[in-house]
Amino acid sequence: MIVLATSPALAPGKAAPYVIAAYIVFLAIVLIYVAIMAKRLRSTERDLATLKREVEQRDAIDASSEAREREPVG
Amino acid sequence: MTTYSKGLRALTLATIGSITLALALVFFYAPLDADQGFVQKIFYLHVPLAIISLCGFVLGGLLAIGHLRTGDRVWDMRSYVAIHMALIFGIGGIISGSIWAKASWGHWWVWNEPTLVSFLIVLLLFATYQPLRFSIEDPERQARYASVFAITAGAFVPLNFIAVRLAQQFVHPRILTLGGGNLPGSMRLTFFVSLIGLALLYATLWKYEMTAKNARMQTRRLRRRLMGEDAVRPLGRSAAPS
Repeated sequence: MIVLATSPALAPGKAAPYVIAAYIVFLAIVLIYVAIMAKRLRSTERDLATLKREVEQRDAIDASSEAREREPVG
Repeated sequence: MTTYSKGLRALTLATIGSITLALALVFFYAPLDADQGFVQKIFYLHVPLAIISLCGFVLGGLLAIGHLRTGDRVWDMRSYVAIHMALIFGIGGIISGSIWAKASWGHWWVWNEPTLVSFLIVLLLFATYQPLRFSIEDPERQARYASVFAITAGAFVPLNFIAVRLAQQFVHPRILTLGGGNLPGSMRLTFFVSLIGLALLYATLWKYEMTAKNARMQTRRLRRRLMGEDAVRPLGRSAAPS
């Protein structure tokens, strides 16, 4: 273990691929996660907007038919 | 606009700004480490990822207490998202640590290093959270059991951390201590900017996920109102209250 702890520093040329790999892994995880989330959120928001419109239409139809029923007949 | 999407844009901008600043400081301001050289730059990514991951697990436990106290399943959903995000950060931390270990020690993994193994144990413990949760069909029981698990496992995190700190085999670099650590000023500044950037990223992704879950909940409610109870599919793998 002491050998591991005191291993000499890698030259910048040799260390660069490791550093770049670590940062690329991090950025890739974040980007993939955000892309998946964005796609799901967009589709949910689209669904939500459609459903809201349908509920409003249905409420408007219900309100007008109730008003018609309340009108005196004859 | 939902409760969770409030301030999301500002938080996202703050996250992008702080992470950009952190990257600039890492590569153009922080000096090269005398012992490890250029490969030490991984420290500014690996350590904040691990710290935020562990804090996220504890946060999940604290939010689960909110669920057991109030019975409101929104707290369970918050706890679920906190643990879910912490797992992702933990995986990032373990991969970046492994790359650093390979460059610095010549091995991808060292089994007799207490910090590495204890972090893996915590990660594996929380990896069982989702299978446990979704193996229970009844939503109320699912939320309750998941909360109990989150609190117990969340309490294990600081205990585990203290136990490792008390261990004698200090092979893993000890750079941060309660006394401020032994980092030079420029490295400390870079580290704390990175930590803030990644903490903001955690908060942004948490809010983002909560906004999505909230939107899905609203969709289900509206669909139920329009088409009746039977038209809405069972929740399946979702922590969102129905």
